[in-house]
Parts: sequence; structure tokens; C-alpha cells
Amino acid sequence: MTTNEAELQALMVASLDGDPAAHRKLFDRLSGRLRAYYKGRLEHIGRSASEAEDLVQEALIAIHLRRHTYDAAELFTPWAYAIAQYKLIDHLRRTRASLPDVPIDDAEEVMAQDDHVATESAYDLHRLLDQLPDRMRRLIRYVKLDGLSVAETASRCGMTESAVKVNVHRGLRALAALIAPKKAT
Amino acid sequence: MLNNNVEQVDRRQVARTVSVALVIAFAIALAAAFFILGIRADLKETGAWTFLILKLGFAAAIAGPTSIYLIRVARPGGERKTSVVVAALPLIVVVILAAVSLVFTPATHWNEMILGEQWLECLLSIPIIAIAPFAVVVWAVRRMAPTDLVRTGAFAGLAAGAMSAAGYAFHCTDDSLPFVALWYGGTIALCTLAGAILGPRLLRW
Repeated sequence: MTTNEAELQALMVASLDGDPAAHRKLFDRLSGRLRAYYKGRLEHIGRSASEAEDLVQEALIAIHLRRHTYDAAELFTPWAYAIAQYKLIDHLRRTRASLPDVPIDDAEEVMAQDDHVATESAYDLHRLLDQLPDRMRRLIRYVKLDGLSVAETASRCGMTESAVKVNVHRGLRALAALIAPKKAT
Repeated sequence: MLNNNVEQVDRRQVARTVSVALVIAFAIALAAAFFILGIRADLKETGAWTFLILKLGFAAAIAGPTSIYLIRVARPGGERKTSVVVAALPLIVVVILAAVSLVFTPATHWNEMILGEQWLECLLSIPIIAIAPFAVVVWAVRRMAPTDLVRTGAFAGLAAGAMSAAGYAFHCTDDSLPFVALWYGGTIALCTLAGAILGPRLLRW
């Protein structure tokens, strides 16, 4: 941000006097510089550069709203830099603090759902399916697991619809037979 | 949103708002000391005047530079143009003077010189009277853009403490340097510490 201090300062002084064109031009220049500054800083400390965009907006709004604190007798760059740096530190402090600040309600959510059962039953189902003949397994997977219609499955496998139905029916019966003896023991 | 709103800006706003706030803060401190505590009755004696002026001088030596620094820290990056040492110098000087005066006094008088008659009243009054002036100064500085909130808060506390001490000086009848150093200096330092701690919470923008 040091290259054209004189130009930026002239734009700032003009915009303080109420010149909208200078104000727009100044903010165009500033947003590019601020984006580069924040991306560099964030990458340097190992944070995602995607946060830069929010920071650019925040800094631009701050520079606009607090422009009455700029002293025209002083350099513009250090003033803008102080605001940009302040917003960066504020952002980092806030986002670091937000980790332990997760609301207490969320504690129950940690225990609310158990993915374990779903994962385990999916595993069991695949072990059972593996014991079926190839074609039958494929048909059951299409119709019962992937949610395809009988007609879609038929055209995909090059079979008639009734053949699909019969095979799925037989397959399910075979699966039931595989489970039955296990339940008995 | 930004571009449609570029009315001319008053460039002297910072200095004016902060100075007005400082004057109001001082008026509040004086009024609180006068109306709640009252002025010391023995003001006709020359000795009393000497010490009153000394105490006021001490408070002014702190409040003067600190007020200028407050106007500076109200602007982004302004903290670089302030010196903690200069702001704290009157405190250091009064402690040295107090130590010297103790050295030249018999140890039997030390207790009386240090504790005076009203050390507890002083200890409580200065921080309590400082609360309202501190709030006024913080209110003004918040409208600016301080970027070093700890230092800004500390200066606000220091200024409020010094103003409060100036008001309290009109009431206080304990006239000894060690008393001023310990109870005035100590309470002002306490106000500064409180300001430094509260600064980041109160001044964030």
C-alpha cells in the first residue's frame, strides 16, 4: 500500500470534502490493496484466504464510517493500515474465541444421533448380498437400494420387467433364508 | 452503500469531541467532590493553600499530557505518537519526592505522614468519583477509531483518575508528600489499570 501515497491521500482529502467520484475511485483502489494484504496475512498465519473477502468488506466499511478520524496533515497509508490491521486482529480474536463459545444446546446434539447402527447394518447387508448370485444381487441393489424403478432396471440390464420382478422376489426370499438360521441360533 | 453517502466531513471533529468530553468529565469530577464531599474548611491558612496547589499541580501534570494523548489515540495508529513514560512521569516524580521527604523526617512521624487521617476516604473517593468522568471520556473516544484499546483505555482511566484527584484535593486535609504519593498516586494508578482492563471491552468497534 505504499506505492502511491500521494494519489491515495489526494483522493481521501477530496472525498472528505464530499466528492463522490474521488470517493468511489479511492474505494476501488483500496479494495484491491486490502484484498492482497489480507490474503497475504491470512496465508502467512495458516488461515484460509477465503476469509479475506469478509475482512475487505469490513475494513472498507470501517474506513468509510470512521473517515472523520483521518487527519489530512498526516499520511493516508499508515492511517488506513492501522484500520486494516485493527480489523484483522479483531477478526482473529473473534474467530478464535468462537470455538469455545459454541452454545450449550449443541452439547446434546453430539449424542443425538448414532451413525453406528446405520453403518453396521449397511456392512451386514453387503455381506449378505455377496452370497447371492451376481445377477440377483445387481437387481436387488438397483431396485431396493438405489431406488430405481422396475422399468429402469429392466432396460439397464436388458431384461423384461417381469423377469426383474421375479428375480428380485427370489433374491429377497434367498436373503430371508440366509438370515433365518442365524436368528434361530 | 458506501458511495451514496459522501457528505462533507468535519475534520476537526476528533479534537473537538474529545476535548469537550474532557472538559465535561472534569466538571463532573469537580461537582461531585464539591457537592458530595465539600471543600476543606481550613482553606484560609497559607499551608493549606500550598498543599492544595501542589496536589492540583500533580493532577494537572498527569491530566495535561494524557488529554493530548487521548486525542491522538482516538485516531487509528495514533498510539505511536504517545509515550507511556511521559504520562507516568508525574507519578514517578511524586514517589521520588515522597521518598526524599521521608528520609529527612524521623521515622516516628512516618506512620502519620503516610496514613494521614483519611487514607480510607481517599482510597475510596478517588476511584468512585472517577467513574462518571471515565464514562464520558470513553463515550467520546468510542465515536472515533482507537486501534490500541488497552492503551486508550489506560489513558482514559489515567485522565479520569487525575481529574477525580483534582476534585478530591479540595476536600482532603492530609497534607504530606508521602500521603499524596501513596493514596493519590496509588488510586490514580488503580484507575489506569481498570481503564486498561476495560478498554478492549468498552472501546471495540
